[in-house]
Amino acid sequence: MKETLINLLQNEVLVYSLMALVPLLWVIPFALFAVWLERKVSAHMQDRLGPMRTGGWHGWSQTIADILKLIQKEDIIPSAADKGLFKLAPYVVFGGAYAAYAAIPFSAAYVGSEINVGLFYVLSISSVVVIGLLMAGWASNNKWSLLGALRSAAQIVSYEVPVAVSLLAVVMVAGTLDLQQINHQQTGWFWNWFVFQKFPFLALALVIYFVASLAETNRTPFDIPEAESELVGGYHTEYGGMRFALLFLSEYANMFAVSAIATTLFLGGWNSPFGDFLSGPWWGALWFIGKGMTFIFIQMWLRWTLPRLRVDQLMYVGWKVLIPFSFLIVIGVGFWVMLAR
Amino acid sequence: MQQYFQNIWDGILTVLIGMKVTWRHLFTPAVTIQYPDVRLQLPDRARNRLYVNMDDCIGCDQCSMACPVDCITIETIKSTPDVDLGLTSVGTKKRLYVPRFDIDIAKCCYCGLCVPPCPTECIKMTDVYEFSEYDRDALIYNFAVMSPETIAEAKAKLAAYDKEQAAKKAVAAAAAAAAKAAAPKPAAAPAPVAAAPSSATPASGTAPAPGEKAEKKPETGTSA
Repeated sequence: MKETLINLLQNEVLVYSLMALVPLLWVIPFALFAVWLERKVSAHMQDRLGPMRTGGWHGWSQTIADILKLIQKEDIIPSAADKGLFKLAPYVVFGGAYAAYAAIPFSAAYVGSEINVGLFYVLSISSVVVIGLLMAGWASNNKWSLLGALRSAAQIVSYEVPVAVSLLAVVMVAGTLDLQQINHQQTGWFWNWFVFQKFPFLALALVIYFVASLAETNRTPFDIPEAESELVGGYHTEYGGMRFALLFLSEYANMFAVSAIATTLFLGGWNSPFGDFLSGPWWGALWFIGKGMTFIFIQMWLRWTLPRLRVDQLMYVGWKVLIPFSFLIVIGVGFWVMLAR
Repeated sequence: MQQYFQNIWDGILTVLIGMKVTWRHLFTPAVTIQYPDVRLQLPDRARNRLYVNMDDCIGCDQCSMACPVDCITIETIKSTPDVDLGLTSVGTKKRLYVPRFDIDIAKCCYCGLCVPPCPTECIKMTDVYEFSEYDRDALIYNFAVMSPETIAEAKAKLAAYDKEQAAKKAVAAAAAAAAKAAAPKPAAAPAPVAAAPSSATPASGTAPAPGEKAEKKPETGTSA
């Protein structure tokens, strides 16, 4: 794709800028769809209907209507807020979440950037989100926003460790940090997927990664930073209109990025589960999106099943349960790989 | 230490049980009723908008007195004996015109206290609940069916009748006074006693004359 565009436009900088916008073609429709899906899934799990009227069939254009409404809203900034940081924060949050898409391979034919430390890059760039959250909480000049932001920072930083360590187990098995290579190593039928390798270590690693990633994206049961019934909105209380829409969009972008990492590393990424049947560049993208949506659905399912964890319970789960088990998994996989060689 | 592993196991197990419950509810039909495409069937005795059947209303004012928020306003005109207003559905004779029967449905609190006192059961609570208006004045419901001309006519008739009755009374009172004046002279000649009844009869005989005159006067008054 890059080559065809370079041949077409003869200007490398322009081509790279355009390619940087390509994941946006996925992220924005996905966010619109995911918000609608969340409302419908949460509604049906609560024996109600959710959006039904906007646009006709089951309110499919509800999110679009909401975005149009948010765009028209007055831009209110608290008078004592730190204006520069306040305005910058949503962009930092969205930037951190969106930049992770550069290294995620949607298909055999498409990956934004072919760097060979893809996984390392994704983990580090998505940590930039913490800075944005802290900026939002601090600049709001609101005690509860600050509390929400600090809790969020503590939570994300604590759960970075089990995320990284459980993914390290996969890297030991794959032998590379390059996400596209990891995909290529899982071709064939579904038993080639990493989740079934070195059983049960990598399966447990998937569970630990998934739980830790819920905390990374501030999803229930780890949504203390948002805590709608306790802190109003946590770090995004003072944000309204389009700024809030951007923070919301980046939450859903982050959700999919995290699910995408899980599918790439554990569920075979864009590989078809049936080997060569239904595989190819376009089928690959479809499989990838399908597996990602499965994780998204499980995230929504958990959100409407579990109550929120108290912040000390959250810390306990992170440091005293997930980290020890992820270390044990790394040790186990390490021995297995070493002895199998 | 064993508690630690037990806690982890319990945590995982309870999460899975919860997820099973929510999964099951995902496929339970929703209980939402999509108003206004679908409307709930109200119970038989549901208390919503009031309705008054004016044919049965006898103007007794019981509903108005029972109302706790004073939303019913009733005015009545007595009918004269020569007018037949008809019977209500329960067989009672109507004796009052009801030129004004207003219910301010915005004030009504839908308590239903006006319904039991009605002797003819003409005021009822219906099942209508969709009656919002753009103008608050449109929520003052006028149930009376008399036109302004009819009302004026009835009022005039009543006034005339009242006057007639008053005049009759005056004459009767005068006659009674005269009789009284004549009565305390029993020692007087029987002729005066005999004259008293005879003077009484001419008095009653001439009564219609002044009455006629009185009737004619208001008639000329109205025609003027």
